[in-house]
Amino acid sequence: MGNTLRGDKAPQRIIQTISIIGVAIMLFILFFLVKESIPILKEVSIFQLLFGMEWYPTYDPPDYGMFPLIVGSLSVTLAASILAVPLSIMLAVFISEICPRKLKELLKPVIEILGFFPSVVLGFIGMVVLAPWMIQHLEAYSGLNLLNAAFLMGIMIIPTVTSLAEDSLASIPKDLRDASYALGATRLETITKVVLPAALPGILQAVLLGVMRAIGETMVVLMAAGGAAIIPLSLTDPVRPLTSTIASEMGETPVGSIHYHALFFAGLLLLLLTLGLNLLAMFIERRARRLRA
Amino acid sequence: MKKFVAFLAIFTLTLIGVLGGVAFADELVINGSTTVLPIGQAAAEKFMEAYPDITVSVSGGGSGNGIKALIDGTTDIAMSSRFIKDKEVAMAVEKGRYPVPFAVAVDALLPVVHPSNPVKDLTIEQLRNIYLGKIKNWKEVGGPDKRIVAVTRDTSSGTFEVWEEKVMDKKRISPRALVVASNGAMVQTVAGNPAAIGYIGIGYLNDSVKAIAVGGIEGTPKTALDGSYPISRYLFMFTQGWPTGTALKFINFVLSDAGQEIVASTGFIPVR
Repeated sequence: MGNTLRGDKAPQRIIQTISIIGVAIMLFILFFLVKESIPILKEVSIFQLLFGMEWYPTYDPPDYGMFPLIVGSLSVTLAASILAVPLSIMLAVFISEICPRKLKELLKPVIEILGFFPSVVLGFIGMVVLAPWMIQHLEAYSGLNLLNAAFLMGIMIIPTVTSLAEDSLASIPKDLRDASYALGATRLETITKVVLPAALPGILQAVLLGVMRAIGETMVVLMAAGGAAIIPLSLTDPVRPLTSTIASEMGETPVGSIHYHALFFAGLLLLLLTLGLNLLAMFIERRARRLRA
Repeated sequence: MKKFVAFLAIFTLTLIGVLGGVAFADELVINGSTTVLPIGQAAAEKFMEAYPDITVSVSGGGSGNGIKALIDGTTDIAMSSRFIKDKEVAMAVEKGRYPVPFAVAVDALLPVVHPSNPVKDLTIEQLRNIYLGKIKNWKEVGGPDKRIVAVTRDTSSGTFEVWEEKVMDKKRISPRALVVASNGAMVQTVAGNPAAIGYIGIGYLNDSVKAIAVGGIEGTPKTALDGSYPISRYLFMFTQGWPTGTALKFINFVLSDAGQEIVASTGFIPVR
């Protein structure tokens, strides 16, 4: 009896150790990020960093206003979510509830494979195909713009959101649907009033993962968003998200300079943005659960 | 046992030989401008092929850092995208060091537009005002009635540095200008937008974009070399004192036909 217990403990210990190492690495990264971004606050006030309109880090005197960059990140993510999330959820409902089994067996792997599409290839398509098309047909003055990046980013997050949302729909017990049909509900009523509400927490998680991937996405925005550090007033204005700023400037920035610390601060901001989103989603989920109970 | 001892002895001797070989091999340290880095790297590779007993390590920390390293004695050759500054000369003399410049290549930037754009020639002032956002429409400079889309490079690139110095006169480029991360992306962007204007290193010009003359002078290797084309600069390698030994061999190699071929293949203009 005692021996069996000890036998059980070994894997537990191993898993515990591995997960502690994982957490420790994450904490270390966080610590590093904070440590490298703190020095900027000695040079520039936090208000100026967050709400300054001018991003001229290499000039003399420099300006480190990140407001256009923050707005850039948020606007591309928002536009991508508006484009991709409804489509993904509808696609998930279709795959899980409506489509015949044979098609489902084809569709699901195809969508999951789409998720492995390298973002640099998407960015290239945005530059070479989408940008000239937008100039010709949308009368955009620049083909590299918010809409271009948002469209590509939408394509990138559709597989993630669809696949995870479909999983959560599929995990709803069949009894629930049967009960709904037994009460005389139509298929549409069953989907919208029974299955979707039951799967909502899982779908929310799926959407959240998609949105967080979009915020952190770098290559697509670096190549297709245009890179102008301005507040976009229309969908065809170019934008410069935090991620592409870090990617394009970090390589040539002297280690330890103010600019270097400013870029780390931008990274910290990205982390805080995703953290904020996570907290918001947790809050919404809790509210929804309380409302239902 | 005897066999083992013999083996051990031979093994140790070989090890000493190998380590000794490495320790006695000449080492050449090159540091400095990231603009010159592609030349330095490509030249170092070919150089090490020609002289297998010399190890060359090349790193790019910026022109200022390279020259500082040369003065501090931590590098043998400093790559620089500009001439040495008076302050740096004073610092070097103070430490008893005499940096010697070698011009190894010429870097020229061409303003480029879409091939369909009729504009052929712009002055430096016009270029500057376009990038400052003061000139907003192509018709102001003799083109069609179309909003100008200025495309610039990331502020930390060497290409941007030249543009900032020679065209912008250190004034801030309008935030409305698009920013791309490489010469290739610049060509791609300008080729895809009839209203765009950008600038590229002379080695990246191809048929998909049209180079425009600056103040009536076309940017060619010839006009860049004789100094009449305004958006160009020399790229240097500095040595500590007149070079001797390995450093001399390397500088000679860079200035040889083979070395200048490398310069041309990395997108710059050979000096001879």
